Amino acid sequence: MPSVASVASYDNAKVLNRFDLTKQPVARLRNDEAVIGGIGNTNFDLWSAGHRPQNFYMLGSMGLAIPIAFGVALAQPQRHVIALEGDGSLLMELGCLVTIAAQQPKNLTMVIMDNGLYQITGGQPTPAAGTADYVALARAAGLSKCAWAGDEEDFNRLIDVALADDGPTFIAARIDDKPGVGTTDRDPVQIRQRFMMGLGVRSKV
Amino acid sequence: MRVGSIVMDTAHPVGVGPWYEVVQQTLKRNDVKLVTYVPDKVFTPLIKNLHADPDFLTFPTAREEEALGIVSGAWMGGRRGAVLMQTSGFGTIPNVLASLVVPYQVPAIMFVSERGTLGEFNLGQALVCRTMRPVLESLAVETHTITRHDELEFIVDRSIKQAVATQAAVAFILSPLLTGGKVFEA
Repeated sequence: MPSVASVASYDNAKVLNRFDLTKQPVARLRNDEAVIGGIGNTNFDLWSAGHRPQNFYMLGSMGLAIPIAFGVALAQPQRHVIALEGDGSLLMELGCLVTIAAQQPKNLTMVIMDNGLYQITGGQPTPAAGTADYVALARAAGLSKCAWAGDEEDFNRLIDVALADDGPTFIAARIDDKPGVGTTDRDPVQIRQRFMMGLGVRSKV
Repeated sequence: MRVGSIVMDTAHPVGVGPWYEVVQQTLKRNDVKLVTYVPDKVFTPLIKNLHADPDFLTFPTAREEEALGIVSGAWMGGRRGAVLMQTSGFGTIPNVLASLVVPYQVPAIMFVSERGTLGEFNLGQALVCRTMRPVLESLAVETHTITRHDELEFIVDRSIKQAVATQAAVAFILSPLLTGGKVFEA
């Protein structure tokens, strides 16, 4: 049985690109999985990977991509939900890992894009850069299924395993300092309404 | 039985019992069965009873903004939720209200146990309490301070319905006049 166990560590994980990592798994989604993009570049790259009605783009509320995804997962236990979050954003709301470990939502996958930088504000290092290990933090929070992605192939494998098995799953990838490749249309009501239609909560009228 | 314009379900009477039972029954009647919270002493009996009620999924979060994020996601997924917090907890959520709940039109239902007034012993609570209503007012969030038990069920029931119908958040500030508050010996 495939496992999220990975031989990768922070030190030997290849530095990848956020947009490449975002578009590949999104293209592989087959079951209308919900995807929540965090503030800034994670949702810009999600948008640029090709809009889907099951995508939600966060415009503020830094750190809440994972809690929002968790809420969707609680509301729709039959649908898998993926949160795409940056390392700086996760630092804003590290405590949410503890909550999720306690509640054990089976249909939630958390993906952390770690470049050690607040890329969008000018590339300043985060207070964790070069010191903290997000997978180790997740494991210590009580999330047993967590791994660093060794390379792009390993990342895609980890996503496939997460979608096939019971979660919650936490996947971290080291990424470069490239900005997002596009910009999300910033219309929160439209984003929310399309998302609810995509989840079947609102009818398409 | 009908009292005024309120239809009473005599098998499951609402508006009777202590405040926390009225809140629990009113939430249930409005299908608000996900409750996230950062605890408060005053909410102790409500939290205990929600955990004991199999109709509810209720759990603590590390921060109030996380609790709001979860109910926002749940609502978009078709499940109604409410958040419990104390006054100082409210002080941590203005950014989430201004950047998620209000602009995305999420009918978040918030219960705030009011500290900082009517016998407060902690200056920090008293000061953060002064910031709460101006924040809610500046964001045009529907806010009710509930002081009377005989108005509790009506305010909560009608306001939840209004929040859902108008896709707008509501804050219930539960006064010590209603809950007894947190008492100390001067």
